[in-house]
Amino acid sequence: MSEGLYSMEAKDYDKTLDLTKIKPYGDTMNDGKVQLSFTLPVPEGDEAIEAAKQLLRKMGMENPLVVYTKQLTEGFTFFNCYGSLQHTVDYTTIHVPKVESNKMEMHECDEYIRENIGRKLVMVGASTGTDAHTVGIDAIMNMKGYAGHYGLERYDMIEAYNLGSQVPNEEFIAKAVELKADALLVSQTVTQKDVHIKNMTELVEMLEAEGLRDKVILVCGGPRISHELAKELGYDAGFGMNTYADDVASFVAEEFVKRGWK
Amino acid sequence: MQKSKIGLDFQKVEHARGAAKKIADEVQEFVGNYTTVAVERTICRLLGIDGIDANEVPLPNVVVDELKSKGVLGNGVMFFMGNAIVETGKSPQEIAEAITAGKLDITQLPMHKAEEIKAALQPYIDATIEKIRTRRQRREKYIETIGEGTKPYLYIIVATGNIYEDVIQAQAGARQGADIIAVIRTTGQSLLDYVPYGATTEGFGGTFATQENFRIMRKALDEVGEEVGRYIRLCNYCSGLCMPEIAAMGALEGLDVMLNDALYGILFRDINMQRTLIDQYFSRIINGFAGVIINTGEDNYLTTADAYEEAHTVLASDLINEQLAFAAGLPEEQMGLGHAFEMDPQLENGFLYELAQAQMLREIFPKAPLKYMPPTKFMTGNIFRGHIQDALFNIIGQWTSQGLQLLGMPTEAIHTPFMSDRYLSIENAKYIFNNMKNIGDEVEFKEDGIIRNRAKEVLNNASDLLDKMVGEGLFSSLEKGIFGNVKRPRNGGKGLDGVTLKTENYFNPFVDLMKGKK
Repeated sequence: MSEGLYSMEAKDYDKTLDLTKIKPYGDTMNDGKVQLSFTLPVPEGDEAIEAAKQLLRKMGMENPLVVYTKQLTEGFTFFNCYGSLQHTVDYTTIHVPKVESNKMEMHECDEYIRENIGRKLVMVGASTGTDAHTVGIDAIMNMKGYAGHYGLERYDMIEAYNLGSQVPNEEFIAKAVELKADALLVSQTVTQKDVHIKNMTELVEMLEAEGLRDKVILVCGGPRISHELAKELGYDAGFGMNTYADDVASFVAEEFVKRGWK
Repeated sequence: MQKSKIGLDFQKVEHARGAAKKIADEVQEFVGNYTTVAVERTICRLLGIDGIDANEVPLPNVVVDELKSKGVLGNGVMFFMGNAIVETGKSPQEIAEAITAGKLDITQLPMHKAEEIKAALQPYIDATIEKIRTRRQRREKYIETIGEGTKPYLYIIVATGNIYEDVIQAQAGARQGADIIAVIRTTGQSLLDYVPYGATTEGFGGTFATQENFRIMRKALDEVGEEVGRYIRLCNYCSGLCMPEIAAMGALEGLDVMLNDALYGILFRDINMQRTLIDQYFSRIINGFAGVIINTGEDNYLTTADAYEEAHTVLASDLINEQLAFAAGLPEEQMGLGHAFEMDPQLENGFLYELAQAQMLREIFPKAPLKYMPPTKFMTGNIFRGHIQDALFNIIGQWTSQGLQLLGMPTEAIHTPFMSDRYLSIENAKYIFNNMKNIGDEVEFKEDGIIRNRAKEVLNNASDLLDKMVGEGLFSSLEKGIFGNVKRPRNGGKGLDGVTLKTENYFNPFVDLMKGKK
């Protein structure tokens, strides 16, 4: 049995919560406990374990503990480790830019559009560039939605067009013009080698070149997308993990009204 | 009569299969009259034409584009190439090089007699047939001498973008217990109307499928296979606009498994349906002859549509894929028909429904090495729950004797797998496969219980759907969005301009030499 279960470690640190100096929590305030796993490109053995421990110390971990090792293939060893982190952060001074809208559920949102805009909003979405993944755009747009959040196609007051995957930016823009889109939704799943950044930047540049950028609400989404990144690239909003169709619909509707568009 | 553990009505199964055959026959009637640029480029490759020009355009493209631009592609490459051999005494490769250099116009040569043309081609045709046959025998010999893993085969992917890095990952995976290594293709390759050339080290989300990359990986897997005492199968993707060309390259380089769905490209890559259905026919003839197991992509329907509600579309599509594969002479033992474990993990009794469907497919396709896909749609950043979702999936794989178990990775929703992710997944599967080895032999399912009723429901719905499609035909069914809720117009999508009606001069002896043969 490992020492974790019946730890004899002295717990002689301050156990009161101080939001200006927070650190990870295992089972006691301020114990700093962290679990992590990684692979090192060295053969399994005592030297490998020592290398892992030294890395943990450099990361700021006290009492580094290597609880499991496994040689994955010749010259590569996998580690499961624990340690007590010494670093702290000041939670009270943190500021994260967020999409500022009041999230409305589907019926509320439909009602909001009916009252404040009085016509259907046209939203055109696609997984653009070479990205072949439809998972993201489908979760937002398909009738059925995702995880209990209905997709945009189900909204009475939204005319939703899902163009699918691998839509070139030129084609995306042409279709948006043809459909008189109020909002463009760009989904990006593949982010290897920052391919999404290049593609998303290209779209903004093309919209600007054609004088369309300020005529549409432009949003993007995907598992690796943050609102901060989206703003940086010239989008109006970015939707990352744990955001759904209602987040997107609410933002677009409110933004549309805020801009005084008809 | 086959005995069913879930009380399947085999008369109903035969009825559904009969409907699928009618649908496939109708497609086949259409396919027989056409050729495509991809089919003709494949013939070039099978005649030994390889290499690229100064602009990196593959020579098979140069030759076929030349015929297409002159409006004579309907006569087929064989017709002009054979005639050029008679006229010039050169090999197809030398002729292709002369066309590339702008020194030869094979459409303007004096025409020789059909028998002469065919005789001139024969040595090149025979050489390729022999080469592919030898490749197949080489695999069979390996399996006989060093052996192979037990089913379900553990199937993992590598996707670094760099073939040399892929080799390291693949060999590590094989040492950890993988039986099949699939080299994921780079994003967007399916939409290229040519196959890139040479070893490649740059790709997004995968590695280019090239003949040289096939060769490099085959060699690496043979090495590690000898080391671990198990033949390691190599898988790639025979889909997109170069479907039959990839099949030919795979056959020449000893690939063992190919994704090769008749409908996938239409639905999920927006490739024109006429183009894909013509291309899949020749690609499957080649795969059949080369002893390659094909995989179909029904699992994808369940990522766009709901896995519980649309389960019957998977069965219906499997039955159509089966009939189209039969039409191309591909034996059941090489049909890796697809399905997936994709129901919402919050669904009450979801495991029972998944088990029912997997057992149902096992019994409907008793000889096929079914390809079972892991959860992807409901995988999240919670890798700990994800590992358990994969465990439930593995239990069903072993229980219902699936053929190819595509291992799920706990980090599915996060990144292409780390070396350690693969290790954790292989360990997960091996533990379950061993610990529950004979569970399937021990358990039958309760009369009128949830599992039997689910299997019955899915079969009935699939049968009704196929009946409806017999009237509609496959083309207009696809136009109406019958699979995966995706609608595709008959004349829309990519690659339609590469489809050509065959003329009376057209011939392709490879069809007869390969179809249904070993």
